Amino acid sequence: MSKELLKFRITELLPTATFDDSGEWLNVELTAAEWPTLAGALCKDSHLALDYMFCLTCIDWKTHLTMVYHMTSTSFRHSVVVKVKLDRDKPEVVSVSKCWRTAEFHEREVYEMFGVNFLHHPDLRLLILPDGWEGKNPLRKDFEDPINMIRL
Amino acid sequence: MYRETEILQQTSPGIIGETGEFTINVGPQHPATHGVLHLVITLSGETIKKVEPHLGYIHRSIEKMCESLNYRQFIYVTSRMDYLSAHINNHACALCVEKGLQIEVPPRAQVIRILMDELTRVASHELWWGAMAMDLGAFTPFFHAFRERESINEIMEETCGARLTMNYIAPGGVVQDLHPDFQRRVKEFLKLYKRKIHEYDELVTGNIIFQNRMKGIGMLSAKDAISYGVTGPAARGSNVSSDIRKIQPYEIYDKLEFDEVLETGCDSFARYMVRIREMQQSIRIIEQLIDNIPEGDFQAKTKAVLKLPKGEFYTRVETARGELGVYIVSEGGTTPYRIKFRSPGFSNLSVLDHIARGSKIGDLVAMMGTLDLVIPDIDR
Amino acid sequence: MTAKQNTTSDFPGQIEELPGGGIVLSKLDDIINWARSNSLWPLTFATSCCGIEYMAVAGAKYDFSRFGFEVARATPRQADVIIIAGTIVNKMAPVLKRLYDQMADPKYVIAMGACAISGGPFFYNTYSVVKGADHIIPVDVYVAGCPPRPEALLHALISLQQKIKAGLTREQIRTGKE
Repeated sequence: MSKELLKFRITELLPTATFDDSGEWLNVELTAAEWPTLAGALCKDSHLALDYMFCLTCIDWKTHLTMVYHMTSTSFRHSVVVKVKLDRDKPEVVSVSKCWRTAEFHEREVYEMFGVNFLHHPDLRLLILPDGWEGKNPLRKDFEDPINMIRL
Repeated sequence: MYRETEILQQTSPGIIGETGEFTINVGPQHPATHGVLHLVITLSGETIKKVEPHLGYIHRSIEKMCESLNYRQFIYVTSRMDYLSAHINNHACALCVEKGLQIEVPPRAQVIRILMDELTRVASHELWWGAMAMDLGAFTPFFHAFRERESINEIMEETCGARLTMNYIAPGGVVQDLHPDFQRRVKEFLKLYKRKIHEYDELVTGNIIFQNRMKGIGMLSAKDAISYGVTGPAARGSNVSSDIRKIQPYEIYDKLEFDEVLETGCDSFARYMVRIREMQQSIRIIEQLIDNIPEGDFQAKTKAVLKLPKGEFYTRVETARGELGVYIVSEGGTTPYRIKFRSPGFSNLSVLDHIARGSKIGDLVAMMGTLDLVIPDIDR
Repeated sequence: MTAKQNTTSDFPGQIEELPGGGIVLSKLDDIINWARSNSLWPLTFATSCCGIEYMAVAGAKYDFSRFGFEVARATPRQADVIIIAGTIVNKMAPVLKRLYDQMADPKYVIAMGACAISGGPFFYNTYSVVKGADHIIPVDVYVAGCPPRPEALLHALISLQQKIKAGLTREQIRTGKE
């Protein structure tokens, strides 16, 4: 499907979505409240069939956080990127692990690295960092660790 | 207190749960875990009830480190991530930077990169084969696998200078031109390989004990494979077409003739056969290219200090384990603002719990072997 | 340290030929050191990339079993030498210490690769890497390289054997002082 058709279909599912055409794939920009409705629809819709999520990450812009979800369809081979803007002081978003099971591990990693709370996640706890690192979110831009991090 | 200490205290025989279940630890130091993977397995007798991976024993904070390295430096750290396909990792990062700077890579460099990629893929599958046979108790295939791998390592050493973490790629092409003896050496390797490939079938694949240990074990349906994000040979063993070289060809893969190997068995034996056949397809690609390396530059002209424009760039390549994604968010400076490596092992590991439930603990090793996990790739 | 021309197969001591046979005069320490150095069993401990070069040394081309390192034991209770191949991170450090404590005396340590010597390429700007395995356990031989060539690791193993024969490992110095 081309970008225009994708835009059309996504606007049918969620009229308030905004788009950004400039990159390689179609970027959809949402707020955290709009994401649950679109998430369920994207994986179940037979025209879009976005069944494979290949990247789930978060970016720390110093004023807010952005969750980035990259999805593609194994049947139609089109890809969509969804960006969800989160508040920096209390970042919360609904977990998508029911639609895409790969999100279980990816969201745990974002939880420990950035401190984003995923609602309705089956098992949200530290994955890669050792015990005792709850609350310290290393990939945030204001993370300081004078003991371990030796600056060049 | 560290979690493994708590779990160790639970394994004393007096504390078997009311359902007769007990918990054991596999790893982090264990010969079969291919790195430092800690699995906490809940067993009832010999049947597995739940497998929980504990990661982080080789977490080297590569993503944070790359935020302070510039675009020529960060590539060399990534070859330590999935060190068995080190060349392909470097290739992915170079492709991402070239996408941002819109550099056109000369054809000679493209062919050299693909030749090295395919040689690395063969070497990685060789080591996988040897290590997996060793996990199942057969020590001899390990030495056969390393014999082939040493031939490839010698070629790499002559051309790139290093055997394992060969940092041979720079954005724009390759760092230096091919060694003059390269074609001769690769042709010798191909001759040797073709003479010896039948040994693999005789030693391992046709072995009745091996087949009984692998057939019907670790069933992974296609729908689950897609939902869990499994890529690479593990997904192709369940008939999911996921080869990035065919779906989104990069460099000159669209001009080469090779098959995407798919198997419908969905079990461990199918994943095993996918990798054996992929080695043969890689040899086919090498044969097509080795006599047709175009003349020309081996590197495009680039500035000494690279600055990507503001924006986001994503590249997908096919490593020996699956799909590697490199996602660079740039703010216009000399260092990336955020880098994310979508590693294939991370998603492949998440399916281990799903496929291991209900099978015996002796089969867990066969399943982990066919998923081909390299733990530094998962922890980054 | 290697002033003497002793190769690894020379039995330490002086042979006196007497009618009816011969006798060998030697120090007990020398004989014990000779026996220990020629049969060191390594522990299979590989965390990252250096582990692959370690496996290559175990392979048929660079064979370390000709030096006595034949059997690589998986359990620390049966191993003599631990070759730290790979980066040690903060989460792995207690595990390494526990493995070292479980090994029986006399035990030796080889730090293989830049990461085990000093943190290696992961020295700057990382929050989770231990900058050198000798912050955790005492090391006898350091092998440089990233990863070191298999010949370099073989040289390290031979150096360890010579160090044991000369009585200069940390173990021997420590027990000598007591």
